[in-house]
Amino acid sequence: MTAFIKQHKLFAFYSALVILLVLIAIFAPYLAPQDPYEGNLKNVLQPPSDEHFLGTDKLGRDTLSRIICGTQVSLFMSICIVILLALVGGVVGILSGYFGGKVEMVLMRIADMMLAFPGVVLAIAIAGIMGGSIVNTIIALLAVGWAKYARLVRSLVIKLRYNDFIIAAQVNGTKTVNILWRHVLPNILPMVVITGAMDIGTMMMEIAGLSFLGFGAQPPTPEWGLMLNEGRQYIQTAPWLMIYPGMAIFIVVAIFNLWGDALRDVLDPRSK
Amino acid sequence: MKRLFNRLAQMFVTLIGVSFITFCLAYLAPGDPVAMLLESADTIISEEVMQKTREELGLDKPFLVQYGNWLGGVIQGDMGMSYSAKKPVTEKLSEGFAGTLLLAFVTIIFVLIISLPLGIWSAVRQNEWPDYLVRVLAFIGVSMPSFWLGLILLYIFGLKLGLFPIASSTITAKGIVLPALTLAIYQSTKYVRQVRTVILDELHQDYVIGARARGLSESTILWKHVLPNAVLPLITLLGMSIGWLLGGVAVIEIVFSWPGIGNMAVRAIMMRDYPLIEGFVLWIAIVYMLINFLVDLSYAWLNPKLRKGEQH
Repeated sequence: MTAFIKQHKLFAFYSALVILLVLIAIFAPYLAPQDPYEGNLKNVLQPPSDEHFLGTDKLGRDTLSRIICGTQVSLFMSICIVILLALVGGVVGILSGYFGGKVEMVLMRIADMMLAFPGVVLAIAIAGIMGGSIVNTIIALLAVGWAKYARLVRSLVIKLRYNDFIIAAQVNGTKTVNILWRHVLPNILPMVVITGAMDIGTMMMEIAGLSFLGFGAQPPTPEWGLMLNEGRQYIQTAPWLMIYPGMAIFIVVAIFNLWGDALRDVLDPRSK
Repeated sequence: MKRLFNRLAQMFVTLIGVSFITFCLAYLAPGDPVAMLLESADTIISEEVMQKTREELGLDKPFLVQYGNWLGGVIQGDMGMSYSAKKPVTEKLSEGFAGTLLLAFVTIIFVLIISLPLGIWSAVRQNEWPDYLVRVLAFIGVSMPSFWLGLILLYIFGLKLGLFPIASSTITAKGIVLPALTLAIYQSTKYVRQVRTVILDELHQDYVIGARARGLSESTILWKHVLPNAVLPLITLLGMSIGWLLGGVAVIEIVFSWPGIGNMAVRAIMMRDYPLIEGFVLWIAIVYMLINFLVDLSYAWLNPKLRKGEQH
């Protein structure tokens, strides 16, 4: 363990930051100095002060508390999406890569169709038409993103497919499920994990973007993109409402991007 | 030629697929467009009137018939009427697209002004402070939500310094600067790295070593040899971001109230104006795929090796 940390100092450092973020997300309700939902109409649009470190919003809610609780929403949603993407893309990719045939043709045609189209536009259309909610945002980003993972996994599986160890397992009469589980999966996992880790930041931005447009999280959820949307109307009188939630997105996305890059260097040293 | 045909056929299938998905969504979505449409009239609506409107709009027909009618219209260049604007969808689309096209054009100019010097500088001074500086800036840009950047520029240059208008619901020369700058900064974070890579690749070519051996100065090598060689791949790379600019900039158009197609689409979604949404998605799909197609063609045209390798 200590040897690993010494060898990958950067990765260890960024991992510590990521763990810190996860802890903040988990314990957000306890860390937040005030209730993120509770407004106080006597205390509306207050500038940053000792009592309200980052000011208050139009309903008198504490911005700092809302940003801290926003970590929970943002982290939960983006990690959820990335895991689901890897699962859906993984299943589609393995099915089409290992078995081939008509299944592959149909699945890959659909994937190509999705990739030939600007994802953001479709995500906006899906989330917007179905109505803004956290679940619909996840569905929209999933619908737009799975094709990339399916393509990646398929190409990895095809590369593995005719390797000696797989053929040997087949000749031995190993069940297909076992081949996929014990031989194929461990070999494709690192690349999928790298891609997923590097996508967490992107997903966060897209979630925030959808919420900013009003097609993601709905009030009164403390979500950063939504907070920016609400704060936008007070840009003149209460600029802190648009500065700090954006800064939160920036810091968290930057940490996840750095961590993703470091993870890639650890798991796939060739790419360096 | 066969490849060209396949590609066009695939584009056609994608268009059908994408429009079908949007149509399904609109059909299954919660919220009644007829109620939305009539509510704005500010009167109490009887079920009878709603039924009549539904019949007028053809919304009482089965789903596949609706889709078939719509598709038939599209092929003849008729995308139906926008519910909210009471205008043909094609007219609304072309209005919005003019704004977006102009914005994309100015953005591309800004992108070139920002990324070319920075990219070249960081490639020439590789692993020195200019390179690190540019890379850090690019990283910061990548991790920053574009709409937040837009809001900050709006706050500083629009509100504090008063140099540019805060909102521009009509197209003005001053109003375009901030949205274009925001998009250009965002786009440049990607493009600057591509410029750097392309220039670095060129700098490691044999002809550069040859030129150095002949005693040519570094600046002559850069301006007379490396840059002319790098121009075409750089243009091609830029072409790809045009597709993105024409499709995915709704957020920035909203921030700056720019009268573009993305802004229009977001309003259409809020108003449940399905014909307009369907027209928008189809239109973006066509533009995006055509541009990617042209980019691919230009690749083949620039690189003769690809022209022969028709089979992968």
